[in-house]
Parts: sequence; structure tokens; C-alpha cells
Amino acid sequence: MYRYIAQRLLLLVVTLIGVATITFFLSRVLPGSPVEMMIGFHPTAEQIAAAKKELGLDQPLHRQYVRFVSEAIRGDFGISLRTKQPVVEEIGRRSLATIELTLLTTLLLVAVGVPVGVISAVHSNSPIDHTVRTLSIAGVAFPVFIVGMLLQMLFYGKLGWLPLQGRLSSEVYLDHQFARVTGMFLIDTLLARDYVAFRDAAAHIVLPLATLTLVTLPLVTRITRNLMMEVLQEDYVRTALAYGMPRRVVYYRYALKAMLIPLMTVVGLTLGFLLGGSVVVEFVFDWPGLGGYVARSIAASDFPAAVGVTLVLASAYLSVNLVVDLLYFVADPRLRRA
Amino acid sequence: MSTLEAHVIGVAPAFTGPSRWKRVRHFVGSHPLFVIGLSMFVIIVVAALAAPLIATHDPLAIKFSEKLQPPSADHYLGTDSMGRDIFSRVVYGARTSLMVGVVVVGLAIGIGAPMGLLAAYFGGRVDTVMMRVADVFLAFPPLLLPIAITAAIGAGLFHAMIALAISWFPWYARIMRSSVLRVKSELYVSAARAMGVNHTNVMVRHAVPNALTPVVVQGSLDFGYVILAAASLSFIGIGAQPPDIEWGLMAAAERAKFLDFPWTVLCPGLAIFVTVLAVNLVGDGIRDLLDPKHQEFK
Repeated sequence: MYRYIAQRLLLLVVTLIGVATITFFLSRVLPGSPVEMMIGFHPTAEQIAAAKKELGLDQPLHRQYVRFVSEAIRGDFGISLRTKQPVVEEIGRRSLATIELTLLTTLLLVAVGVPVGVISAVHSNSPIDHTVRTLSIAGVAFPVFIVGMLLQMLFYGKLGWLPLQGRLSSEVYLDHQFARVTGMFLIDTLLARDYVAFRDAAAHIVLPLATLTLVTLPLVTRITRNLMMEVLQEDYVRTALAYGMPRRVVYYRYALKAMLIPLMTVVGLTLGFLLGGSVVVEFVFDWPGLGGYVARSIAASDFPAAVGVTLVLASAYLSVNLVVDLLYFVADPRLRRA
Repeated sequence: MSTLEAHVIGVAPAFTGPSRWKRVRHFVGSHPLFVIGLSMFVIIVVAALAAPLIATHDPLAIKFSEKLQPPSADHYLGTDSMGRDIFSRVVYGARTSLMVGVVVVGLAIGIGAPMGLLAAYFGGRVDTVMMRVADVFLAFPPLLLPIAITAAIGAGLFHAMIALAISWFPWYARIMRSSVLRVKSELYVSAARAMGVNHTNVMVRHAVPNALTPVVVQGSLDFGYVILAAASLSFIGIGAQPPDIEWGLMAAAERAKFLDFPWTVLCPGLAIFVTVLAVNLVGDGIRDLLDPKHQEFK
């Protein structure tokens, strides 16, 4: 078991270096160099030389590569061209907004997607099942940003129940100085017992949360359904049913337990979709997280910021999936002995 | 009986004709969603090809005097904040999205399938190196790799297409690899080798045609997702740039006032939805047709 964990950690490091390598070579090999992005069109020769020196591009390629990777490993992504601040600090400030959003979405996906998938599988080819499947087929065809904008039209424009965008209203932001203990406002406001600010933060997160959940739900539901269908074919399920055990016990205690490991994998992989989706969702709702930041950095040709954030997001995704793989040992005692 | 089998055991095409037609008719009859999707898809393709004939206005003509008009007899879907006719832009946008889908999936298969073929056919070190490379690409969260690549090479529709193709090709490498591995152990491949056919000919004439089905199936399923991803990239400002006519870009450009003028974002959004839905229904149908073993919903 420990050997496996060591192997996986090593693989994680190798993959991360590979990820950094791909980003590096793409930025040097393909058209559109960082210099152009930094100083715009029609620069003078001196401007180009100065920019190249600043970015270290006057050095030979292999030395640039070593420098880029070693700095990236230490978490030094350079200075953002737009805000003139270290990219690491920008990332630190924004990452918790993204974590808060994706974590809550994951919880909601498991709480809604898994039961719906199970019900759909248990009652396969019933009207419930057909409804779920039709909704899933239609659901995956919706672009994320349209789902977000439709929700904004309905709940802000028509009904006026929820705020349009942002993380806090400006009045609350200015008047309620709750301590940023965790960086997740829902938790921080509760810790500070500032219920006005909590309600405001909660109202702001509802729409981005709903959007991200709605676009990922079809995926989670479909995979859960297919996994459950497989488990239901197992002999022990048939035996348990034949013994007259309550269906609820068979489905939710026996069958669901057998699905635990594949489901954990699904949750880990879903996080990948969430991180990708959060880029668009954060953009639509002006959510001050990493996703919206990376989009704006690319659009503004802020090369160090864009590369830094994508590397951080990729490492987060890889690390979570590593943790998921290690949780297999917790979920399945048989693996621990191997 | 499939055409491939017919080819291998030498049944005359005349015999496969009626049975194939019957099979197609049976398939069409039992897959109403496929038929609906295919009809929608054909309409969209025709609209894209005949865009200059269908469009009522010049999609690029800016006319501030007519800006933000609601749908009317002159402007079927209204006008945007620059007074451009949204109906004409939606029609022309179909060209962009379909082109993106074809180019990205084509490129991804073009890079990935040969890689998978070589990896599986030669095995050993070639296999290990190629698949490790593919794994590094697969380590990125989906949509984030295209974003990372666009971050490295700069925004733009062409760059976004390259980025999407690079993010997708490892999947085809994997699928092709496992498919060729399966074919490789078939008797006819050993027989061809034993008869002295060289590696290139065995690969091109025996392995590829028989291994390509899963790749085609996956390609048709990915087509819609690629269109969605490209629209998302354009929407967040790193894909298509003006004056490109792209649905995601159209929605993004009207973001400032969309609450007051909903048709400006809903029309391109609906166009994406309908196109992706049609493509996905066709993709599901193709999968059922080519891969009868696959029975997800059974």
C-alpha cells in the first residue's frame, strides 16, 4: 500500500512537470509569443529587446525551460502584467472563492445527482426514468453561459429575488468587516455571527451554484444510473431481494455500498468539469475566483497570470484525484491488505 | 451482416444490398430521436451552406439607427447593440460552429489515431512513451487544457481550435490503441503477416479499417461537446474575436444589457442548444448503429 502511494506521488510530480513543459513549449513553439502579448503591436526594436530581457527570452531555450519549470515548482509564476503584482498573491486571494463554489457544488451534486441516478436505475424504463434521461439529453446541450444568463433573467430580472452577480453587496462589503478566517464567506460570516452578511453571501452564491450544478448534473446522474444498473445485475442483489429484504435496504445499503469506489472516482473526475465550468460561471456572475481571473488574463494577454493560474488549477485537479485514489483504501478494506 | 464481414468472406454486394436497406429501415423505425436529430442536423447544415441565400441582411452591416430592435417582420430575430440583424448572424454563425466541430474533431483524430495505431501495433517502448505523453494531456481538467493552451498561444478562433484539438487527441490515441490491440490478435492479421505482407500494408489495409469504428463513434459523440466548448471559449473572450460571427461571441457582446434586450443573447444561445442537441442525438444514433454491443440504456 505504501509503495503504491509513493508511486502515485512520484507520478503526480512527473505529470506536473509534464504539464508545465507542455505549457512552456506551446508558448514558445506556436505563433504568438509572450513578447507580443506584453507590449502589443508595432513595438520598436528596443522595446522588444527590453521585454525579452525582462521575460528571460534572450537566454537559450533549454536554460529558459529549466528556469520556467524550477520557478513554477516553487510557486513563482512571476509578476502579473496587468496588475503588476506577484501572480502567487493574486491566486492566493482568489482561490478560496473558487474553492467555496466548487465544494458546495460537489456536495449538491452528490446530494441530488446520486439519488436521482439510483431512482432512475431502480425504476428503469418507467416514466421517471424516461423523464430523467430526456432532461439529461437536453441538459448537456445547454451552454453554461446561457444557463447562467437565463437564471439571471428569471431570478434577478423578473422576480428580483436574488442579486445579479458578485460575492457580496457593496453595502455589506463596506459595513460588515467580518474576519476572513477561512476565506469562504459562508463560513466566515457564521464564525463572526454576522447573520446579515451571511444572508447576503448566501444570496449571492445561489445562482452561480445553481448554474454549475445544473450543467454537471446530467453527467453525474447518468454515470450513477449506469453504475447502479450494473450492480443490480449482481447475484447478491437478486438473492437479497429473493429473501424478501426491503427494497430500500437492498438498494441503498448493499448496492450503493458496492458503488462507493466508482462513485468516488466520478466525484473526482467531476471536479475537473467543475473547474472548467467554473471559468465560465465565474465570468458570467463576476465571481472573484480563479476561473474568471484566468479568462480575463488570457483576454488581456497577461501571460504569467494565465499560465500560473492554469498550472495551479491543473495541480489542484491532479491532487484531488490522487486523494480520491487513496481514499479507496479507506472505502475498501480488501485493498489495504494487498 | 456488416459490409466489412461481407468484404472479408467475399459475399457479393448484391446480397448485402436488400438486407442492409432493411437493417437501416428497422434502425430508423426504432430510433425516433435519431431521425429527429438527423433532420435538425440536415437543416442546420443546409442553412450553413446556403447562408448567403437565407440571410435577410448583411451579417456584418452596422446600423446604429436600428440598434436593439425587438424581433419584427424586417428583422426576424431583432437587432443587436450595433444594429446588426441577429437572424442573419445566427445563420452565418452555423458556418463557424460546424466548421469548428469538423476541424477540431478531424485534427484530433488525425493526430490521435495514428499515434494509437503505432503505439498498439509496435507495442513495447513506443507504446509506453506515446501513452505516457497522452496521459500528461489527460491529466488536465477538461476545458481547462484548451484554456491553458490558449493562455500560452493567445486568443483567437484559430488558436482556440488548435487548443481544442490538442486537448482532444489523447482520447483518440487511447481509443485507437485499444481498438488496434483487439484487431491485432485477429487471425486475418497474423495470416497477412505470415503471407509476407509488410507492416505498413498490414496496418493500413487490415488494422485501420477494422479498428476505426470506435474512433468514428467517439468522434460523432464529441462533435457537440467541441461546439459547446468552442462557444464557451468565445464567450469568455479567448476564442473567436470580432469580426468573426460566432454564437458564443454574439452572446458575450450583448452581455452588458441582456436583461433589457433578452433576444440578443437568447437567439445565439438557442442556436447553440439546438445544434448541439441535434448533433448529440445523431451521435447517439451512430453509436447504436455501429456498436450494437453498447447498450447504455437497457
